[in-house]
Amino acid sequence: MKGIIGRKVGMTQIFDEKGRAVPVTVIEAGPCYVTQIRTQEKDGYTAVQLGFDQVPARKNGQSRLNKPKRGHLNRNGLELPDLRVLREFRVKDIDVEEGETIDASVFEVGDRVDVVGTSKGRGFAGTVKRHGFNRQPKTHGQSDRERAPGSIGATSTPGRVMKGMRMAGRMGGERVTIQNLEVIAVDAEKNLLAVRGSVPGTKGGILLIKPARKRRR
Amino acid sequence: MKEDLIRALEEQFVPEYTHPELAPGDTVKVHVRIVEGNRERVQVFQGLVLRIRGRGKQQTFTVRRIASHGIGVERTFLLHSPRVEKIEVVRHAKVRRAKLYYMRERRGKAARLKERRN
Repeated sequence: MKGIIGRKVGMTQIFDEKGRAVPVTVIEAGPCYVTQIRTQEKDGYTAVQLGFDQVPARKNGQSRLNKPKRGHLNRNGLELPDLRVLREFRVKDIDVEEGETIDASVFEVGDRVDVVGTSKGRGFAGTVKRHGFNRQPKTHGQSDRERAPGSIGATSTPGRVMKGMRMAGRMGGERVTIQNLEVIAVDAEKNLLAVRGSVPGTKGGILLIKPARKRRR
Repeated sequence: MKEDLIRALEEQFVPEYTHPELAPGDTVKVHVRIVEGNRERVQVFQGLVLRIRGRGKQQTFTVRRIASHGIGVERTFLLHSPRVEKIEVVRHAKVRRAKLYYMRERRGKAARLKERRN
């Protein structure tokens, strides 16, 4: 089972053995617990459900999770800690058991991974930011049109705006996968993973790290 | 706490800082390791520290040198890079600014700085 849930810590740069500066994103990955196994017979597909991010208990010792969530973590007599985040990883061959822990050491330095996260929300963004449209001239008699989208279609033929016309709207805050990032460092003790380059979302955002689907030869 | 995690990683991968403390206005000799194919040599770049920017292990400093024909050459180094082999401070100068960009407009006599001794 190669895959883990993590939290984005932030970016820095470190130096490789040749002295080159490498930009890396530091991810607090794991420890994760196998909370459930999905099987072909029972669920129609195979997957491993992992739990991450232990929630501290209330002062009176009560769990902060509600009973259904708490109950899910107590399935089959398992007594897993209060995990806030549950995510499934589709895998073909199940090589783990419910209740097992997974830490950052499932990945090695040099592995290629895909990182899934939720991109930063940009709110209602115009076409320049959202779709990379060009600006219009600032001068030559122009006014108020610098960041306007321009024409969105012809006149009476077809008499409507084409479907899928790129316009302003909500941007960001969606699931984004960055593929084929190189694992630069693994620290299982501190549960740290460092990957080359950037990763979607804010600091503190939840990330899924899985083996790369497409591999460059 | 999050910052500490980053620091912990940097600690492992960035060599310890062994050079003298730098300040803007210092005249320094920077010994840089240059890799050419599989050969390695050390080059010295001497000039005035124009600025120091950044925090922690990502600090950089810019050195300005007057090359032949009076052409100013500026080079920015990563302060913690293992490629920066050695930094020698030749001279400190008394300056009142953190960024000495005004030195770019100075030529000859006007480009002198008062020495600071301590």
